[in-house]
Amino acid sequence: MAEMENAKGSTLRYACGNVLSFFILILIGVLAFSIRLFSVIKYESVIHEFDPYFNYRVTQFLTKNGIYDFWNWFDDRTWYPLGRVIGGTVYPGLTLTAGSLWWLLNSLNIPLSVETVCVFTAPIFSAYAAWATYLLTKEVKGTGAGLTAAVLLAMVPSYISRSVAGSYDNEAVAIFALIFTFYLYIKTLNTGSLFYATLNALAYFYMVCSWGGYTFIINLIPMHVLLCIVTGRYSSRLYIAYAPLVVLGTLLAALVPVVGFNAVMTSEHFASFLVFIILHVVALVYYIKGILSPKMFKVAVTLVVAVGVVVCCAMMAVLVALVASSPTKGWSGRSLSLLDPTYASKYIPIIASVSEHQPPTWPSYFMDINVLAFLVPAGIISCFLPLSDASSFVVLYIVTSVYFSGVMVRLMLVLAPAACIMSGIALSEAFSVFTRSIKFQMPKLLDDSDPVPGDIASANSVVQSNQAKVEKHSAVDKSEGTLKERPQKKSKKKEKEPLEKASIKSQIEKKLLVLPLESSVLAILLLVLLGAFYVVHCVWAAAEAYSAPSIVLTSHNHDGLHVFDDFREAYAWLSHNTEVDDKVASWWDYGYQTTAMANRTVIVDNNTWNNTHIATVGTAMSSPEKAAWEIFNSLDVKYVLVVFGGLVGYPSDDINKFLWMVRIGGGVFPHIKEPDYLRDGQYRIDSQATPTMLNCLMYKLSYYRFVETDGKGFDRVRRTEIGKKYFKLSHFEEVFTTHHWMVRIYKLKPPKNRIRGKTKKSKSSPKTSASKKDDRVKKNPWR
Amino acid sequence: MAKTTAKDAQDLFRALRSAYAATPTKLKIIDLYVVFAIFTALIQVVYMGIVGSFPFNSFLSGVLSCVGTAVLAVCLRIQVNKDNKEFKDLPPERAFADFVLCNVVLHLVIMNFLG
Repeated sequence: MAEMENAKGSTLRYACGNVLSFFILILIGVLAFSIRLFSVIKYESVIHEFDPYFNYRVTQFLTKNGIYDFWNWFDDRTWYPLGRVIGGTVYPGLTLTAGSLWWLLNSLNIPLSVETVCVFTAPIFSAYAAWATYLLTKEVKGTGAGLTAAVLLAMVPSYISRSVAGSYDNEAVAIFALIFTFYLYIKTLNTGSLFYATLNALAYFYMVCSWGGYTFIINLIPMHVLLCIVTGRYSSRLYIAYAPLVVLGTLLAALVPVVGFNAVMTSEHFASFLVFIILHVVALVYYIKGILSPKMFKVAVTLVVAVGVVVCCAMMAVLVALVASSPTKGWSGRSLSLLDPTYASKYIPIIASVSEHQPPTWPSYFMDINVLAFLVPAGIISCFLPLSDASSFVVLYIVTSVYFSGVMVRLMLVLAPAACIMSGIALSEAFSVFTRSIKFQMPKLLDDSDPVPGDIASANSVVQSNQAKVEKHSAVDKSEGTLKERPQKKSKKKEKEPLEKASIKSQIEKKLLVLPLESSVLAILLLVLLGAFYVVHCVWAAAEAYSAPSIVLTSHNHDGLHVFDDFREAYAWLSHNTEVDDKVASWWDYGYQTTAMANRTVIVDNNTWNNTHIATVGTAMSSPEKAAWEIFNSLDVKYVLVVFGGLVGYPSDDINKFLWMVRIGGGVFPHIKEPDYLRDGQYRIDSQATPTMLNCLMYKLSYYRFVETDGKGFDRVRRTEIGKKYFKLSHFEEVFTTHHWMVRIYKLKPPKNRIRGKTKKSKSSPKTSASKKDDRVKKNPWR
Repeated sequence: MAKTTAKDAQDLFRALRSAYAATPTKLKIIDLYVVFAIFTALIQVVYMGIVGSFPFNSFLSGVLSCVGTAVLAVCLRIQVNKDNKEFKDLPPERAFADFVLCNVVLHLVIMNFLG
């Protein structure tokens, strides 16, 4: 009778727990969405940075022209005169997601513009990512850990930095796809259901569509399978989890045009095939072991080993020879730079020049994952007690992502979910130990010696009571009664998974893991304080550090907020004052923004797929005026755009990026030698600068008429006066400079009509007297 | 030495055959299907070796469809096998339904990729 009441009470508690979890998850979703809205509130609903502008332009094209045109789109407005095959070189996941979202909303008569949908895609998917983290951690450790991990992920600054409202980049949906794929893999591993294996393959397909980082998944999962095999955890569920994923996943990956046949031909995927073969061998071995007697099995082993080793060695030798014959051993440049951090700086200066690809500094770990940095080791330990397939996977995930985040700052993003999962596990376990101790000692404190029947909350304790003595019975009651927790400050709800094994173990554990009452209370308070610090830091990071749209800059003067909107001013000028077919040359950083906002053809853009083309532009920027004019004229360029921060102190301008122009240009055109521009090993623009530097196009275009601003030509970024102050441009004319001199646009002067005799020019800006006598033969800049 | 090895090999084959004969008929049918699928894949590989791999996507989708159904059939066999402790409360109809679903997805992808 009492047992039935207890059972009813426990189902009621389970129901309450489920409803509470549901509401907590909704709140977590709202939190994840709203913490990313700071940039919309502080600035405006605008797309940030550089790459998102390209994605925005592609999405515009998709919504306007439909999916077939998008799939076959050849873009002739970038990389002039080469063009770019958009359909085959872009990861379509993000644009298709946003496009279908827009289409769905419009068909429901909610007329949101494409820009609004693009800006808010990232926060929506971060809410989904938090829910996916909950599901994943629930599979590993339980509901309490799941909720904690979800809350941590909703706020972790590293993820916020790449998914703030307006940051319309691949990672916005890719992180959700990553976590969701891992969740489905773990779910398949735990349940052995082929249905989840199918879903796993489909989620992996979504991940391949979204981001180049899918190679992380297709290498991590085989590593984990290998780990399970090696540690003796092979089971048929492992086979069901992995084998269909490889076959279906490879096929689905080959369906995406960007990946295509790389799915079977590049080294990034070979690990999965190798482990596929190994898994089949192991499965066969286990099967034969199952049907043979032990003696015969030994015979089989000796026979097979003798023959098989020879065959295997032969095959491996052939394979290794095949792979080693290609110069990069079949790996792509980006993957090699991940495995060997020094590779890029030696061989591929373009990859080395991107600031996101530099190794992170130690403070950036604390800035990006804050408190989680020292909760992670606790989580790792907690994963080992007890070790299951799922928890070994999470440990492997965190170890590999820590290594990769040490190589590139950009990959801190992959570390964030792993850190949140580990910290969620650690915090949840810690809280459960402390509250268990308090629960255990509360009745003693209140002088209540009878075991309260209402505390028998799980069916297990009924089983327990048959095995335990009376005193132990009361102890187990108290400890198993943790189903009804006091609501904590962050309103976490814990449910002990009613496993017999866990209860038996906890029976033994209770004797050791009951801490004194005061220290438990203090520890809980301190942990809550830790959480409070984390929340404060995350909100600060989201508001101050990661919400800058970088297309609009602000500064605080004594008379309030000053807004620098120079970039959009320049692009608007370009789109209104130039012909539609005019070509604009600039450094590759601004290519995407120019095509998206100014709608003009550019020479190079952020895709950086053609190193020689970028080197051409770099050479032109580093050459004297005449040679640069020749190069630009051969590319049909009409306008040149430079970014200059010397007047206002904007540090990311083209003069600071000049060293990369020289290096990349010098890498392809040997007449550009870096030492020509260096004085004492430094790039200088003051009076000590080398003559090559003072004559190069970048210097002239940046500092033309700069001395008129303050009379002395003081560059606020380099903090010196410039070297050459008074000079005129012979081959270019200035057509536009923005309000704060941040973007300067120049036009190529057409060659003179007549070279001999008096030539009357009706140009507005003064020209030098040096005439071009030798342009009867245009010098070939390519030699 | 060789004699004992040969004798051992013979004993091994006999033991394997007798043990395998004890498996239920349902599982033997699935095994036959797996062997057939692998055999088809091998024929396709040999054909590619002779004729060349020009429409590579067709070759890939053909081979992977055979390998895929083989793998899925092995999964089905694992789940339907009564000796398997982990799946004793999984109804075989559910296993077969999952098998069919996964095959449908696989073949949709194959037909898309066949070109």
